[in-house]
Amino acid sequence: MSNRTYLDFAATTPTDPSVLAAMLPYFSEKYGNPSSIHSFGQETRAAIEAARQQVAGLIAAKPEEIVFTSGGTEADNQALEGIAWANEKNGNHIICSAIEHHAVLHCAEFLKKRGFAVTVVPVDQDGLVSPEAVAQAITPKTVLVSVMHANNEIGTVEPIREISEVIGRRTKDEGRKIYFHTDAVQTAGHLPINVAELGVDLLSISAHKLYGPKGIGALYIKKGTRLTPFLHGGGQENNRRASTENVPGIVGFGAAADLAAQTMAEENAKLLPLRDKLIKGLTTLIPDVRLNGHASVRLPNNVNVSVKFIEGESMLLNLDMLGIAASSGSACTSGSLDPSHVLLAIGLPHEIAHGSLRFTLGKQTTEAEIDLVLEKLPPIVDKLRRMSPLYPGGKK
Amino acid sequence: MSMGPYSAKVMDHFMNPRNVGVIENPDGVGEVGNPVCGDIMKMFIKVKDNIITDVKFQTFGCGSAIATSSMATELIKGKTIEEALKLTNVAVAEALDGLPKIKMHCSVLAEEAVQAAIDDYLKKTTGKGLPGFKPHDEPLQEH
Repeated sequence: MSNRTYLDFAATTPTDPSVLAAMLPYFSEKYGNPSSIHSFGQETRAAIEAARQQVAGLIAAKPEEIVFTSGGTEADNQALEGIAWANEKNGNHIICSAIEHHAVLHCAEFLKKRGFAVTVVPVDQDGLVSPEAVAQAITPKTVLVSVMHANNEIGTVEPIREISEVIGRRTKDEGRKIYFHTDAVQTAGHLPINVAELGVDLLSISAHKLYGPKGIGALYIKKGTRLTPFLHGGGQENNRRASTENVPGIVGFGAAADLAAQTMAEENAKLLPLRDKLIKGLTTLIPDVRLNGHASVRLPNNVNVSVKFIEGESMLLNLDMLGIAASSGSACTSGSLDPSHVLLAIGLPHEIAHGSLRFTLGKQTTEAEIDLVLEKLPPIVDKLRRMSPLYPGGKK
Repeated sequence: MSMGPYSAKVMDHFMNPRNVGVIENPDGVGEVGNPVCGDIMKMFIKVKDNIITDVKFQTFGCGSAIATSSMATELIKGKTIEEALKLTNVAVAEALDGLPKIKMHCSVLAEEAVQAAIDDYLKKTTGKGLPGFKPHDEPLQEH
């Protein structure tokens, strides 16, 4: 299966060979428990602290502000629940956007069942959250706002700094702290991040989205922020996350963070024209195709379109038969009967949302692969449209 | 060759669907499903001496929606109205060597598309539709 074309880098990325090489000694050679005082433990302890510096460096944080987690979902859950439980006495209101990842939305729903009030702030047709809408949603009971840095489906990059400023103003007015969390799983390692400039208190990262291994992530916790821990047990991660550390994963995450910091600018310079070529090609070669997400304030690797009159999974299967891997927000691919909540939130009717197709580009992506999609997709769309009762051109 | 979650037979009927299209002046036409749930099936039949002599379909939907439509048309072509009415969603799924559990609702739609076309045929010929026929108008849950 060598001639396959992977355009689903937002789902996951391959672990970079240099990252894997950095990890390998930490399985069978350097296997000490970092909590042990002997030399076996000390060498893995040192490796973890070096990785913590690398990850902190990627977002301009201090190493002690990084807590390693099992991934993005745990980081999001820890942020929401950790703040919620730690601040129960100060308030019981949480705000998040309508296009958050389920790791945030479903966590907020869980908290709702446990007595918290949740306000879901809508987005505009491009998927942008309005800082003013966030400001208006804040009540005297608000303890946390969570808005993602960039959306995983439609690629829209949110105005985190502006949202932080309105939260800061309201914090002053209220005379008490309102925490701000951002899920940066799609941006860390892909866009420059400076936590102080963004003005966030908490930020989630996942290693496997930035050419690191699966099963490891991190939560940035601004110094002085109190969280109720998720896992109870040993004193690892400065008492913020019990459990023996995933040493190979952490080492790999550190290496991936370092690599991303070095290659980000170059990679984006390569991806942007490829992204724009694909968007332009799809929207001009195929009639009745719309771009989902903001046209310019968007991730450099994200293309999301809706192809009218047909359904997403049927396109994915046809592409997969040709070795091209993409994804869709159609119900049929989500394991539920509803299309993506993100596409509905930007105002797409159900049948248009069912016809969405996402291509996410990465390090390995070549212009030839973009050309391949632009060559192969139009006949697939044509074939499926001729089968569709919704297609006006089909009733001959 | 990669086939996602589907059997080889589902992929065959999906990639090379049988009886796609429209019948001009059909003796019966039925449409089931809705855009909200993401599946719409339209079935056209031609009937002579109580036998379904021709059948065509159009489907908006996922791979299994297209494959079940295709298989259903094959299973009723050349059959009497009574035989076609005995077609069940399970029979459609079995003829395709099975469907993932979450896709079984597609086979229900295929069964209903056949019934809707026959219902329309009966209305046109006898003035009365299929007794007790009422397709789901809500998005179908797993069966």
